[in-house]
Amino acid sequence: MGFLDISNVTKSYGTVEVLHQVDINVEEGEFLVLVGPSGCGKSTLLNMIAGLEGITSGDISIKGRVMNGVHPSNRNIAMVFQSYALYPNMTVGQNMTFGLEMHGVEKSKRDVALKDVAKLLQLDQLLDRKPGQLSGGQRQRVAMGRALVRDPDVFLFDEPLSNLDAKLRVDMRTEIKKLHEKLKTTIVYVTHDQIEALTLSTRIAVMNGGYVQQLGTPKEIYDTPANLFVATFMGSPAMNVLPAKVSTIDGVPYAQIIDGEGQPVSLRFSQENMADWDGKDILLGIRPEALTDPEGADRKSTNIATFHNAIDVTEPAGSDTFVTTTLGDADVIARLRADTDVASGQMFEFAVNMDKAVVFDPVSEQRIAP
Amino acid sequence: MSIATQDTDVNTGKIARTFIYLVLLVFALFYLLPFFVMVVNSLKPLDEITGGNMMALPDKWTIQPWLSAWSSAQIGVEPTGLKPYFVNSILMVVPAVAISTFLGALNGYVLTKWRFKGDTILFGLLLFSCFIPFQIVLIPMATILGKIGLAGSIPGLVLVHVVYGVGFTTLYYRNYYAAFPTELVRAAMMDGAGFFRIFWRIMLPVSGPITVVSVIWQFTNVWNDFLFGASFGGQSQPMTVALNNLVQSSTGVKEYNVHFAGAILAALPTLLVYIVAGRYFVRGLMAGSVKG
Ligand SMILES: Nc1ncnc2c1ncn2[C@@H]1O[C@H](COP(=O)(O)OP(=O)(O)OP(=O)(O)O)[C@@H](O)[C@H]1O
Ligand SMILES: [Mg+2]
Repeated sequence: MGFLDISNVTKSYGTVEVLHQVDINVEEGEFLVLVGPSGCGKSTLLNMIAGLEGITSGDISIKGRVMNGVHPSNRNIAMVFQSYALYPNMTVGQNMTFGLEMHGVEKSKRDVALKDVAKLLQLDQLLDRKPGQLSGGQRQRVAMGRALVRDPDVFLFDEPLSNLDAKLRVDMRTEIKKLHEKLKTTIVYVTHDQIEALTLSTRIAVMNGGYVQQLGTPKEIYDTPANLFVATFMGSPAMNVLPAKVSTIDGVPYAQIIDGEGQPVSLRFSQENMADWDGKDILLGIRPEALTDPEGADRKSTNIATFHNAIDVTEPAGSDTFVTTTLGDADVIARLRADTDVASGQMFEFAVNMDKAVVFDPVSEQRIAP
Repeated sequence: MSIATQDTDVNTGKIARTFIYLVLLVFALFYLLPFFVMVVNSLKPLDEITGGNMMALPDKWTIQPWLSAWSSAQIGVEPTGLKPYFVNSILMVVPAVAISTFLGALNGYVLTKWRFKGDTILFGLLLFSCFIPFQIVLIPMATILGKIGLAGSIPGLVLVHVVYGVGFTTLYYRNYYAAFPTELVRAAMMDGAGFFRIFWRIMLPVSGPITVVSVIWQFTNVWNDFLFGASFGGQSQPMTVALNNLVQSSTGVKEYNVHFAGAILAALPTLLVYIVAGRYFVRGLMAGSVKG
């Protein structure tokens, strides 16, 4: 049993079930990120943990205490909202201590708590301002401060960074990560930004259509996605997925694909059990960073396959250069080092790190290897 | 060649501008004229009115008509002046406005932030009450007031005006609170604030503009009401009914100067409310329509 247990939880609005049998156990001190496309039910699940939405069936318990039907204010959780939801008529200081005041904490204790948190978040100078007089990043910090002063068991964040510009978002992401490392409070964090999910979390729950598609560490999610949805949703640029056929030569399995000119290319599988799929169609997943030039290929890899193919488009992106090429009738993105000398239309030698290849069943879309 | 201007005014020539101002001035004078006539004639002795020009300034200035209208003029059969009725009106209008505004705010809060089954139907019915003509409810209202023992009293009038006003005030507050972010209410809930605390501490402090609208609306309507006052006022009739009795009294000479003074007295409170709160009025009506 974990610290925060979500067991067999479903949610229906009328006859429509929007969350199906969600099962997640969160350990104390974990940073769980719920990620998924818009409308998949992330906010609904978070609001159910908060007690702002009822639970249709199943149980949610914190520290072994079942929370179904317990009022939000009695769950000892704090929430940071997407819009920050700062009280516009109160100063920063009043905003942050409102929760303590409502819980009957006396003024002197409130002031001590406020001082600590204000120092931690560098809000000391802003305590007498109204939210309207703050910048986006400052408001975000106040919203976190309001959650922090309560010293809750669990923090809930609903897309707290989505209203910030790109630069500030990266800064605040680091701030949140630092804060978690310092305080070690259990956090459940909703986002639809997969980079945020990968960088912040200790574990990720990838959701789609009301189902948890996969629950695992960022590395598990990234390297061994449970199915095609998780594979293509996590990672930027997205994983390349090409239709291929398995064939064996002397019992060794190969993926057969066709290159841009319609010529066959054979890529040896690193996973020997792929021989069981001899003659069958599969989907081959290759992340952009596993498709490079031979010099840029991973030196620790045991299985690098090379082939020549024409480059369609080049996109220099500062730290890397992305090139698009055609394989198996699909556009495929390769990630090259920034100073690689390439031009569109040119023939180029590509290297595939087959150790990192992921294979999916084209019918069920589940991962079959590794 | 045109020069780019900073402001967003429509560019007009000098002549056009002068013309616009002239027209506006004419309209302003036209609207102010009746008020001018009232003020001027309320400051004249009666013989100057009957024998002279209504538009002329007084030869002999006097505040006697005002004093008379206030404290000694014949209202119906009693020579009490308007003073007791003015007090009646105040005693009626203050609680009626306060209660109906407060109820409207509470209704708006519940209808937007504590949704329940059938809330839109309830709101529809409340709205419907705004369109019921006064005359239709006179007899049922009289019956009810009689049954609960409030007929002919100020509390009875307060009740009538609250019941009639609550539809409007609910409409105002509901629309205002609809634009109020629900996340704020949820945040307050998580902070441990209950139903009324959220109302007092979170909603009401930001309801200034719409409260001004509601107060002005209710104040003018309740103060200016004649029909309910005449029907249910009994011994505690409001100012409007008294003014009517003053002007319509059939005995003796018609003291027009006193009538003018009385009419201004009756209009003064609403005028005051507009002057004090008027600039917030437009702001409140516009609130929510433009983000800012
Ligand atoms: N009150 C409601 N009545 C009916 N359906 C609802 C209600 N609230 C949410 N839903 C549905 O539940 C599903 C999940 O909504 P939810 O807000 O949890 O999505 P989300 O994952 O947070 O999306 P986003 O990333 O856009 O915030 C959606 O399909 C939505 O239409
Ligand atoms: Mg959401």
